[in-house]
Amino acid sequence: MKLRDMTELAVRNLREALFRNSLTTLGVAVGVASLVAMLSLGVGLQNLASNRLTKSGLFDSVFVTPKLNMRGGPPSTAVQQPETRLLDEDARREISKLPNVIEVFPQIRFPTEVRFAEKPYPTVVAGMPLSSKQSGAFDGMKGTFFSGENANEAILQIEFAKELSKETDSLVGKSLSIRYAERQQLADSSGGFSIIPKEKQLQIIGVVETEPASGFGGFGNGRLLIPIGVAQSLRAAQVNDLRDVVRGGAATKQTYASLTVRAKTTANVDDIEAAVKKMGFGAFSLLDASKSLKIFFRVLDLLLGLFASLALAVATLGIVNTLVMAILERRREIGVLKALGAADSDVKRLFFVEAGVMGLIGGIAGVILGWLIGRALTLATNIYLKRQELPGVEISSVPLWLVLFGIGFAIAVSLVAGLYPASRAAKLNPVEALRYE
Amino acid sequence: MTPTPGSANSIALQLDRVSRHYTLGASAIRAVDDVSFTIRGGEFVALLGSSGSGKSTLLNLMAGLDRPTSGAIHADGRNLAELSSLELARYRRNTVGMVFQSFNLLPRMTLAENVELPLRLAEVDRDERATRVAEALQRVKLDKRTAHRPAELSGGEQQRTAIARALVNRPRILFADEPTGNLDSATGESIMNLLLEIQSGLGMTIIMVTHERPIAEKFATRLVMMGDGKLLSDGANQEITSGVSQ
Repeated sequence: MKLRDMTELAVRNLREALFRNSLTTLGVAVGVASLVAMLSLGVGLQNLASNRLTKSGLFDSVFVTPKLNMRGGPPSTAVQQPETRLLDEDARREISKLPNVIEVFPQIRFPTEVRFAEKPYPTVVAGMPLSSKQSGAFDGMKGTFFSGENANEAILQIEFAKELSKETDSLVGKSLSIRYAERQQLADSSGGFSIIPKEKQLQIIGVVETEPASGFGGFGNGRLLIPIGVAQSLRAAQVNDLRDVVRGGAATKQTYASLTVRAKTTANVDDIEAAVKKMGFGAFSLLDASKSLKIFFRVLDLLLGLFASLALAVATLGIVNTLVMAILERRREIGVLKALGAADSDVKRLFFVEAGVMGLIGGIAGVILGWLIGRALTLATNIYLKRQELPGVEISSVPLWLVLFGIGFAIAVSLVAGLYPASRAAKLNPVEALRYE
Repeated sequence: MTPTPGSANSIALQLDRVSRHYTLGASAIRAVDDVSFTIRGGEFVALLGSSGSGKSTLLNLMAGLDRPTSGAIHADGRNLAELSSLELARYRRNTVGMVFQSFNLLPRMTLAENVELPLRLAEVDRDERATRVAEALQRVKLDKRTAHRPAELSGGEQQRTAIARALVNRPRILFADEPTGNLDSATGESIMNLLLEIQSGLGMTIIMVTHERPIAEKFATRLVMMGDGKLLSDGANQEITSGVSQ
């Protein structure tokens, strides 16, 4: 029999015992829903974590430091370099010429005291390159991005903005001043410098919810962001300044505490890291951490999927039961079909298609149900987060592969469940089946 | 409808020492025991016998629904006893049609859908299916009731539908197992007249099981008597043949 005819007959048969078949299909749907809901949570949480990290710009970046830093400890590479290289402007230019490097910028972070509405607020300033806009970290921010590299503008990280005002939106357009320690070279040839307190007026042009300046270097996460050009011009004292002094003669040459090298893609990070190390600098990236994170989420998905599959396994027993009952009820019909010329394989395929149709409908319903469960969990989580005055998050995600996997898995499991009933139906003796009342 | 008749005088079925034995607990039941006969194309054969005589078992063997324990059944130049289950299914689908005492229509299907079922199994194109279903139902004079379900029909109409279903694949042999058994005598007679009309109109071979001797004598051209699984007698129906000769 052709598949189309077979499917028509199967659907007709399923409609005959509508209530029983609906309950069985509902069982499959619940099984698939639990599977999809669990995996959507796994995917959602993974996306949440990786999006935040990606937007921080940590995963497509290599962080370069002078090999001997103030923390001491063993060199980060086993290859012995003849001499310690300075992380200065020459090094920056050299690194920027490496293949697949988009840009190299110094990490400038320094502690500051923000003066706003005549109140002091200590925080950390971070210089941001204009290219950081493309990282996605500033997507959805309130206000605008920096108008230029030397614009006296500031973007506030929302947690810091909340310290300034509960109405964070109202901060945009207002001014604040930052007080910081400026490094001023001494006039003599000692290589020393003075630390002078300075103040700078900035206009608040935006509030960002992500953490574009999280991660390494300086004094921790930057919560007041300014253009990198402005940050460089301030000549604020950095953590490497003391080292420059003790280094002696070379202190007259400006060096960087660290440089951030942005790669074209995360795939280029390993090569760039190796090349930088070869040049005699310390280099590290968070790509390894990201790989571990991926493995963690894969294992989490697997465990969630395994637990959810138990529900689907129970549902398959329902399919077996329903089809075995159908064989008993339709014994005579099977006999008639065989008398009219149906081969054993036709009868087997008919029951297979019935199981498959239940799987398909159950799978589709299950995916929709699973998606709804995910949405409900996201909604409930966001209500809770809102009460805690925290930004909302998407904790569940149903990508296309999960939709296809949910439906495909439901059909596959249903077909497996249909194996025994289908072969039992196919083996029925037509004479005995026709005699059955 | 274009008939595919069993050409007259050609051999439609040949049974050679056919037996069908069952074991029921410790005892062996010889439902059909060493039966041999030949049926020629276009014959209307009535298998007569009391209940348990083995006539229905023999019909099932000839229709390819069951396999003999021993012996051979030749149809279309092949021994049915040696065919695979798939080949037997093809034989049932393409060579024979079956009519049952209890009609065996599928209750959830309409008349047209019931009649269409063998064509679906034979993977006939949809357009041709519609034509052939209409022709078959027209032949049994039910073309006005195609959308009805079996429960909405009388017993006679249901049996006529079953006959249309048996004919739709243009079989060479029609097997009828007590076709009038569930009908009153008048309806039964009309069904028999229909079978006779089909046999003469299409030149089809009809093999009918019945325990009603008067019906057999009135319509069949040949009477085969069974008793305890054995062939008791086999001969031309004198009533019919003499009627024809007169």
